[in-house]
Amino acid sequence: MIKMRRLLYHQAINEALHQLIERDPRVFLIGQGVTSPWYVGRTTVGLIHRFGPKRIIDTPVSENSITGIAIGAALAGMRPILVHPRMDFMYYAMDQLANHAATWRYMFGNQFSIPLTIWGIVNRGGGQAAQHSQSLQAIFMHIPGFKIVMPSTPYDAKGLLVSAVEDNNPVLYIDDRWLYNCEGEVPEDLYKVPIGKGIVRREGKDVTLAATSYMVVEALKAAKVLEGEGIDIEVIDIRSLKPLDKEILINSVKKTGRFIIVDGGWRTCGVSAEILSIITTEAYDYLKAPALRLALPDVPAPASPALEKVYYLNSEKIIVKVRELMSDKN
Amino acid sequence: MKISSINISSEILHKMYVTMLRIRLFEEKVADILSNSKEIICPCHLYIGQEAVATGVCMALNKDDYVFSTHRSHGHYLAKGGDMKRLMAELYGKETGCSKGKGGSMHVAFKDVGFMGSSAIVAGTIPLAVGAAFAFSIQGSKRVSVAFFGDGATHEGTFYESLNFASLKKLPVIFVCENNQYSTHMPISASLADVRIYKKAGIFKMPGIRVDGNDVIKVFEVTRKAVEEARKGNGPTLIECLTYRWRGHVGPSYDLDKGLRSKEELDYWMRRCPIKRLERLMFKLGCLTKDQKDQIYENVKKEVEEAVIFAKESPYPKEDELYKDLLND
Ligand SMILES: Cc1ncc(C[n+]2csc(CCOP(=O)(O)OP(=O)(O)O)c2C)c(N)n1
Ligand SMILES: [Mg+2]
Repeated sequence: MIKMRRLLYHQAINEALHQLIERDPRVFLIGQGVTSPWYVGRTTVGLIHRFGPKRIIDTPVSENSITGIAIGAALAGMRPILVHPRMDFMYYAMDQLANHAATWRYMFGNQFSIPLTIWGIVNRGGGQAAQHSQSLQAIFMHIPGFKIVMPSTPYDAKGLLVSAVEDNNPVLYIDDRWLYNCEGEVPEDLYKVPIGKGIVRREGKDVTLAATSYMVVEALKAAKVLEGEGIDIEVIDIRSLKPLDKEILINSVKKTGRFIIVDGGWRTCGVSAEILSIITTEAYDYLKAPALRLALPDVPAPASPALEKVYYLNSEKIIVKVRELMSDKN
Repeated sequence: MKISSINISSEILHKMYVTMLRIRLFEEKVADILSNSKEIICPCHLYIGQEAVATGVCMALNKDDYVFSTHRSHGHYLAKGGDMKRLMAELYGKETGCSKGKGGSMHVAFKDVGFMGSSAIVAGTIPLAVGAAFAFSIQGSKRVSVAFFGDGATHEGTFYESLNFASLKKLPVIFVCENNQYSTHMPISASLADVRIYKKAGIFKMPGIRVDGNDVIKVFEVTRKAVEEARKGNGPTLIECLTYRWRGHVGPSYDLDKGLRSKEELDYWMRRCPIKRLERLMFKLGCLTKDQKDQIYENVKKEVEEAVIFAKESPYPKEDELYKDLLND
């Protein structure tokens, strides 16, 4: 029997880390703040005491080289989990990620594997401004050579981390600090959530709301409100950006005929752009109205609370968009 | 310190004292607001304890020299002459803030006084300061450029690359490393193989000097010399200022409950308060009286209070500000 408990999202990550590192001597955790009480939320609590500094490596502020070092260790038979406590700092590591991790298998005709989990944390809001707020999933989605997951529930946070660590490719595991206190059922044992599969979080017949990461939470809130207005929303958690589960999206549009994608990254060339292009070409025949998107405006994150309110997406903005879609005469 | 060895006018000593006090009382006010209200939301990295570094360095600069800063920006901003009211308004996220409320505590700039901006990306402004110095050298100008950065910034590759280029091209840039011995939660010995940061200058054939960063006069003198050399075309200097931040990495807490550092260590450094130290010296030299001191405190307190009132009374930016200022067109 599977033993389930209710855990918070950050606890699910913490449990997965404990179990993965315990189970496999090839797995280690490296990155800034993994021994700190606050730097990576509470996701790494207890690890340093249990496994020691050989397997829980807190690092100097040297993103590019630490990333390269993790890639090198992966080439030599380890299965590192590399954490970047904010995606914004990953720009320093871009060279190692894009030119090395993403290319090493292809460029040398499949001689090598890079079983590396790159855990990038989105940490935004609270006036943190332009360099401490970014959601960079689209940039990585653009680069061939990664798998990319964005879990939105505690269950998936654990299950997708396990899949990422077991995968023989560089997998980008992106989570959002706004999810860290979400609660949900999590099995005690290790289990996998498959990479490449989306999931229907709520069934509905009028509109498909597809969302990534924390936007799933806001989409579900919006769906609840809209239910009161007689609008029946289907919410799809995209969960895996690469490979992307096109089927689940297209099948939903077959049913609803209306589609909105909600993504917490920037609009232009964003995840939302890619998904809209798939829907408007591959699900064209089923659309009763133009497919729409919600994403961040094309500006850096502002500090002022007055501007943050305008900048970030929430259920209210989703509701407005759905109403706009439903009032469409199409 | 031998008093007779001091070759600084009492006017400069007064200026230093006032500048350090303005930083200290400003930061204490911010700590107070952070602890007791939700008026300031953005993360603030307080400069308390390090005042002598910004003050000593900026005192050796001209208004049109450039300064580049970090996430721990308030002290640099004030020492270079940035407006206090507009700094406070920036922390409040108000339209009147020095960055119009768009940057917050970590991103302040005041171009009129050569304060060229602060980056929250560790080491992010080091090459920018080198680039400005490069421009000065192309322009045949006598200006110098300063990069303030922490010990943590010396973990990044760009620090070394910047030193190399600056030395190679003999650029008028001063690298000021504020070694407060911590990078977030990490003590310096846990992250640097050699903690003598000033030694890293040698491999690039430039002077590297370690100075007591709580001694504003020493910092001033060392910087003055470095600036002189830079203006003469003799290239860059790396100055490592040993100091300590009294508060935790971010916010008002002293971080003593987290097991990261000891009360003894903090006490040791608080006893070495850079402001008290200058004050004692000025009393000894007879260039500061008790009455003068009280008057200075009163004035600075008033200035800080006025900055808070200004910030509170200023409006928030309007919604459409979000979309403005991205590009010049
Ligand atoms: C590229 C990058 N990596 C990590 C961080 C997170 N971070 C913020 S401040 C800091 C430590 C900086 O230490 P130091 O340079 O010594 O400055 P101090 O805070 O001590 O003034 C770190 C690692 C960051 N802002 N930028
Ligand atoms: Mg430091």
